[in-house]
Amino acid sequence: MHEPAAPPRARRRHLRSDTRGAGYLFLLPWLVGFFCLTLGPTLSSLYLSFTDFNLLQPPRWIGLQNFARMFTADPRFWGAVRVTLTYVMFSVPAKLVFALGIALLLDKGIRGLTVYRALFYLPSLLGASVAISVLWRQIFSRDGIVNAGLTLFGIEGTSWISNPDTSIYTLVLLSVWQFGSPMIIFLAGLRQIPTDLYEAASMDGASWWRQFRKITLPLLAPVIFFNMVLQTIDAFKAFTSAFIISGGTGGPIDSTLFYTLYLYEEGFGNFRMGYASAMAWVLLLAIAAFTAAAFLTSKYWVFYEDDGKR
Amino acid sequence: MKMTASADAATAAAASTPATATSAMRQARRKRERRRALAKHALLIVASVAMLYPLLWMLGSAFKPEHLIFSDLSLWPAEWKWTNFAQGWNGLSASFTTFYLNSFLIAGLSVAGNLMACSLAAFAFARLDFPMKRLWFVLMLGTLMLPYHVTLIPQYVLFLKLDWVGTFLPLVVPKFLAVDAFFIFLMVQFFRGIPRELDEAAMMDGCGPWRIYWKILLPLSTPVLATAAIFSFIWSYDDFFGPLVYINDVHRYTVPLALRTFVDESGRSDWGPLFAMSVLSLVPLFAIFLFCQRFLIQGIAMSGLKR
Repeated sequence: MHEPAAPPRARRRHLRSDTRGAGYLFLLPWLVGFFCLTLGPTLSSLYLSFTDFNLLQPPRWIGLQNFARMFTADPRFWGAVRVTLTYVMFSVPAKLVFALGIALLLDKGIRGLTVYRALFYLPSLLGASVAISVLWRQIFSRDGIVNAGLTLFGIEGTSWISNPDTSIYTLVLLSVWQFGSPMIIFLAGLRQIPTDLYEAASMDGASWWRQFRKITLPLLAPVIFFNMVLQTIDAFKAFTSAFIISGGTGGPIDSTLFYTLYLYEEGFGNFRMGYASAMAWVLLLAIAAFTAAAFLTSKYWVFYEDDGKR
Repeated sequence: MKMTASADAATAAAASTPATATSAMRQARRKRERRRALAKHALLIVASVAMLYPLLWMLGSAFKPEHLIFSDLSLWPAEWKWTNFAQGWNGLSASFTTFYLNSFLIAGLSVAGNLMACSLAAFAFARLDFPMKRLWFVLMLGTLMLPYHVTLIPQYVLFLKLDWVGTFLPLVVPKFLAVDAFFIFLMVQFFRGIPRELDEAAMMDGCGPWRIYWKILLPLSTPVLATAAIFSFIWSYDDFFGPLVYINDVHRYTVPLALRTFVDESGRSDWGPLFAMSVLSLVPLFAIFLFCQRFLIQGIAMSGLKR
């Protein structure tokens, strides 16, 4: 590095041009994966969504019939949409409220922060495994410990899992229980807010609530937005918990038939692979539409510091 | 804090009996603060106990005899039944030894594949110049948004034609082709933070891109490589959907798949062994939690990695 002699220009250029070829060499595994496992299958599933395909015979073009059946003649499809939307609408806000609430309690250099953070994060780490779904299935069964706990207070519970009115909410609860990872993101966001803002506000006699509304919420809005989009997309794709808890059926009476569960059942249970592909594309469009809507409306409620205006 | 203190001093100076008034006020405030901190801790402790209760209860139940599991709220088994573990371990037609070996093999290969393929691609995106780089980068980011359901069925058909269904290949080969673009993104971000002067200097000394990647970038990137390795281990160890679709022979089952079969086959009779195996299946994740927590927390805070 301390060599004073600079290399001649020609040699430098040679090295540059050398990296041009090298770029593609380094990218090669990804390029193969992209074309063979991502782009190709994406286009191919778009094609399959217009066909009748059962894996044994070659796909047969049927135009829009899959979509027509989905939207007009398949009550189970609409059931799955309703169940999924219920799940999204209950689990995401509740999860974010818990995540933010605990993050606020943990902020401001509380003693034992790392221990608390670890404890609250643990369910997020373990929650997606089959073992936890197994546990949930027992906890909320008729003679599970939730009801055992309720009888201590003189309340007689039902069989939460096999009651179609309550089964979906046990899944919502399982998702809310995993509020640890959005909490960690909130904590990182809270640390970015300059403390002198709060000091100035409390000198002016602003109450805790007022400080929360006028300082914390606006400055945290980008993080809230980020967490909301991430959690919502995740909730749209939820599968394992419903599959395990309902024994793979989405029951009782389709009350936990998540969209992805129905897709799996149609594709790999009934071998309606054309129909399942069409469902996958509807899911993709729904997620894209949600994300686009979130970003378009975000300018009305998400404030970015370097934005200048508003 | 400093500012409020000086404000106190100002009010104190204005007051007629300065010294005693301020010290009394300060004491009162300190008392109030201590009480508030205490209330906070009480709330947090209650919340964390409520959160962890189900986990501890499952741990306890893994050691309980059948008749004590249901409706028994206590965490400590009144009677110990160690045979739950032996019974669960051999509860299916193949033993959990097989399932763990399968799971670790798949997870280990996934980690290796992701680290290699994703760091190669990330190096190209972060450091090398080549035609259409921006286009590829945008496409790579685009794949992040794609739900895997869209590629699921054509991929299945492809693997079926290759005669890979029923083997580990559909679960592992995509990792060697950098299909988990998330890790590429993570590594690009990290590589960009490493000073370019380092590779320019190396280039002047005659290093080619390969040696810069291998001798300079990678050794400086252990934090991001560790994060990627940990998350790809967790995701692949925990994956249920992939094995559900591609694995059908019990001797090739992974741990999650085996647990699911256990639930279905044993019905209601075998909760003790089932919980014993469930607890054991969480041990690798818990070990990561204990020993690699820093990477987990940083990974999530930096990039919103899920979990």
